[in-house]
Amino acid sequence: MAAVLDIVPENAWLALWRRLQQDRIGAFSLGIVIVYLVMILFAMAGLLAGGWSEEIGVPYANPSFLGERPNLEAALAQRAAQRQGRVPDLTAVDPLAPKYAEWEKRTAELKTGERERSLTLRWGGDRWGRDVLAKAIKGSQVSIAVGVFAALCATFIGTLLGALGGFYGRWVNDSLEWVYNVFTSIPSILLVFSLAAVLRSGVLAHLFASGIWTVVIILAVTGWTGMYRLVRAEYMKHRSREYVLAAQAIGASAASRMFVHILPNVSHVVLVQLSLLVVAFIKVEVILSFLGLGVPVDMVSWGTMLGEAQTELVIGKWWQLAAATVFMAIFLTAFSMLTDSLRDALDPKLR
Amino acid sequence: MSALVTVRDLRVSFRLGRERILEAVRGVHFTVREDATLALVGESGSGKTVSAMSILRLLPENAVVHPASRVEYAGENLLSAPAPRLRALRGREISAVFQEPMSSLNPVLTVGEQVAEVLRLHRRMSARAALERAAELLAEVGIPEPRARLRSYPHELSGGQQQRVMIAMAIANEPKLLIADEPTTALDVTVQRQVLELIARLRERHRMSVLFISHDLGLVGEIADDVVVMRDGVVRESGPVARIFHAPQDAYTKALLACRPRLEARPRRLPVIDDFMRGRTPPAAPLERPPAGAPVMQAKQLRKEFRLRTGLFASKALVAVSDVSFDVARGRTVGLVGESGSGKTTVALLALRLLDPSAGEARLDGADLARLTPGRMLPFRRRIQIVFQNPYASLNPRRTIGRTLVEPMRIHSLGASESERYERARRLLERVGLPADAMQRYPHEFSGGQRQRIAIARALAVEPEVLVCDEPVSALDVSVQATVLNLLLDLQESLGLAYLFISHDLAVVKYMSDEVLVMRAGEVVERGTPEAIFASPQHEYTRKLIAAIPRGYSKSGSEP
Repeated sequence: MAAVLDIVPENAWLALWRRLQQDRIGAFSLGIVIVYLVMILFAMAGLLAGGWSEEIGVPYANPSFLGERPNLEAALAQRAAQRQGRVPDLTAVDPLAPKYAEWEKRTAELKTGERERSLTLRWGGDRWGRDVLAKAIKGSQVSIAVGVFAALCATFIGTLLGALGGFYGRWVNDSLEWVYNVFTSIPSILLVFSLAAVLRSGVLAHLFASGIWTVVIILAVTGWTGMYRLVRAEYMKHRSREYVLAAQAIGASAASRMFVHILPNVSHVVLVQLSLLVVAFIKVEVILSFLGLGVPVDMVSWGTMLGEAQTELVIGKWWQLAAATVFMAIFLTAFSMLTDSLRDALDPKLR
Repeated sequence: MSALVTVRDLRVSFRLGRERILEAVRGVHFTVREDATLALVGESGSGKTVSAMSILRLLPENAVVHPASRVEYAGENLLSAPAPRLRALRGREISAVFQEPMSSLNPVLTVGEQVAEVLRLHRRMSARAALERAAELLAEVGIPEPRARLRSYPHELSGGQQQRVMIAMAIANEPKLLIADEPTTALDVTVQRQVLELIARLRERHRMSVLFISHDLGLVGEIADDVVVMRDGVVRESGPVARIFHAPQDAYTKALLACRPRLEARPRRLPVIDDFMRGRTPPAAPLERPPAGAPVMQAKQLRKEFRLRTGLFASKALVAVSDVSFDVARGRTVGLVGESGSGKTTVALLALRLLDPSAGEARLDGADLARLTPGRMLPFRRRIQIVFQNPYASLNPRRTIGRTLVEPMRIHSLGASESERYERARRLLERVGLPADAMQRYPHEFSGGQRQRIAIARALAVEPEVLVCDEPVSALDVSVQATVLNLLLDLQESLGLAYLFISHDLAVVKYMSDEVLVMRAGEVVERGTPEAIFASPQHEYTRKLIAAIPRGYSKSGSEP
């Protein structure tokens, strides 16, 4: 019996894992991506960068390695706060004056305290004195989630429709082409705006009230078209190949031929396109967040950070831009190389 | 006659990965004489192409030529010649024609531009003069209306015409040596004959030498003056063509001469290379055919039209197959012969209902397959199977052999459990002569002949009654063909299979079949027993096909 079990092919995923480890660049990229994923998990659990929204430093706190740098903005803010202390007496004209006493009583119940703001932060602070490093870590969580989930959704839609259109041809292909043409004839930014309007203020708004899912859906619905075309072309090429005919001859169903036989043979196209989509969607999320259509204001993403960085850069505060860019560049490069290695590892000929 | 090119102790190896080195050519000597044809013969992987391309140093990046090797041309060692010197020689004094004309020609340039380019590079002719000369060259290689063809793109020409254009480019500068690397393998048999004759005629007229590379000793016998037989990177035998054919010394040469099916004899099994190498005598008993049983598969007036869209609403019908009928009985073989475009493969696909016929019936055991719903079709799928021509394309490259073999059994619920199916798959591999460790390997790790065995094993996995073999051996070397044909005969004998055997090679069809149908342009032009067709072919096309079969060396045939 052992002899029989020996010849059962080894688990495909285990084999993939083994081959990926042999590829040095692939293993290194995989390591980086795993580090990011662990970081995101910690951030989601609140163990890391949980206090990203706390104002722990002076405005535009210098990075600790640039502690000596003059910080005019912090000084200005401090002076403004001191000036705020001397409020002129307006009791005579203020219609709300009778309420003053009640409010003061309630204020007394709340414990407020101005925390000691530090002059420098590890990687500097933003306009409100929040830690840029914590923001970048928390921002990774949102940006990567948006990019990866949106790319997966778009890949799913594009691959499914492309497979159907390319495999069946005829009227299935014609009608899908028609849908595709409609989608690509609308300028993509306009499509994004209209979808954002529908999802944020219509009946659907309650369904996706908050969070990143609105952005994910917007990106997926607008981004599947390129994948569709590529997969469709590949399926048209493969559907009449002899190995597919042979599968038909042994009685394999259409679904089996499409997804069990052909899909692994076109997976390299899908994977490469998937990695490009992740990269593209992370960038589009940046644009959307910058325009105010992206993630909600109570969240931080690389996009919102870059949006803020625009005004900061003018007054010489470069660290928020640097943090977001470095985080983004390392992840995107590692991710692209990982998908490249994945494609090679999946190809039996290159083993 | 003096030597034009002498290759001495040629050793070429390939670096594969960091550690592995493959020795492709291990100490080869041969001499190309002036004004003569030398043929390099061997199976794929024998090192024949590498040896020939070493002359022009057209080798892949990872090739390493041993420093002691020498290629002498006019007193010069080409292996140590500087790159500019080689560039000047290539295309001018030594030129080459390759196997695949379609991929050797640039698809986005016209034929005229490509032929003229060779002239302008080496002779600094003006554009106009080069085009003028190109037209003359096209006329010389037998392309009709050469002036009009100058403006054609390669895809507008047939395979044979493309190869003629390649030859025109190769002889444009009156080279001293033409290297022809399997120039006719990708062509139809009748076209193969014409191209062969063209090369022989041009060699004669231009007094050049030809280095002809082929896997088919029979073909080579017709045009070569000297023959070098190679195997595994070494020369097994070399000598004048008459001696090679009439008094072969080496066992391998003898095997190559014997393994091609002969027209005059029909032995029980074809002799294979192994028989000769191990000194066994091949069985000489004639093939016995079982009496015809009841027909399992019947085709009645099959017809298939493809609609080509010519405008928004207009379309035109292209008739691929019309009025094809035949009966295949249990244990018997019907052969279908014809050239590319004759509709043979379409008939195969119709027989399995991988295509729906436009008219007519394809019956399996009385049931018309075309009328069955997909659900009722499934049990019939088990009973009729197909082996395709190209073993490189017919196996899913992403699946191990084990998975490929087990899938059909799973679909048809054969075998009680998964491990039983794997056990059966292993027995199938054994039956087609492959080791059991093939189970977890991938198709690309096998040679063409082995892959074809795997394809046969897959077809047998569902225990069919009818096997459609669509050119099962035409992508294989002549020496491997015999082993696959023997396997098919063994299986037919032990399992009582009915075969529909399709091929462009009349000799193979004659050996295998009990009835032969000759197809041309979608129609059956002649049918009958193989003996009758060969003894007295009625149709002109059949006669042409028979004339195109390579006959090896004979005194009258070698020198025109």
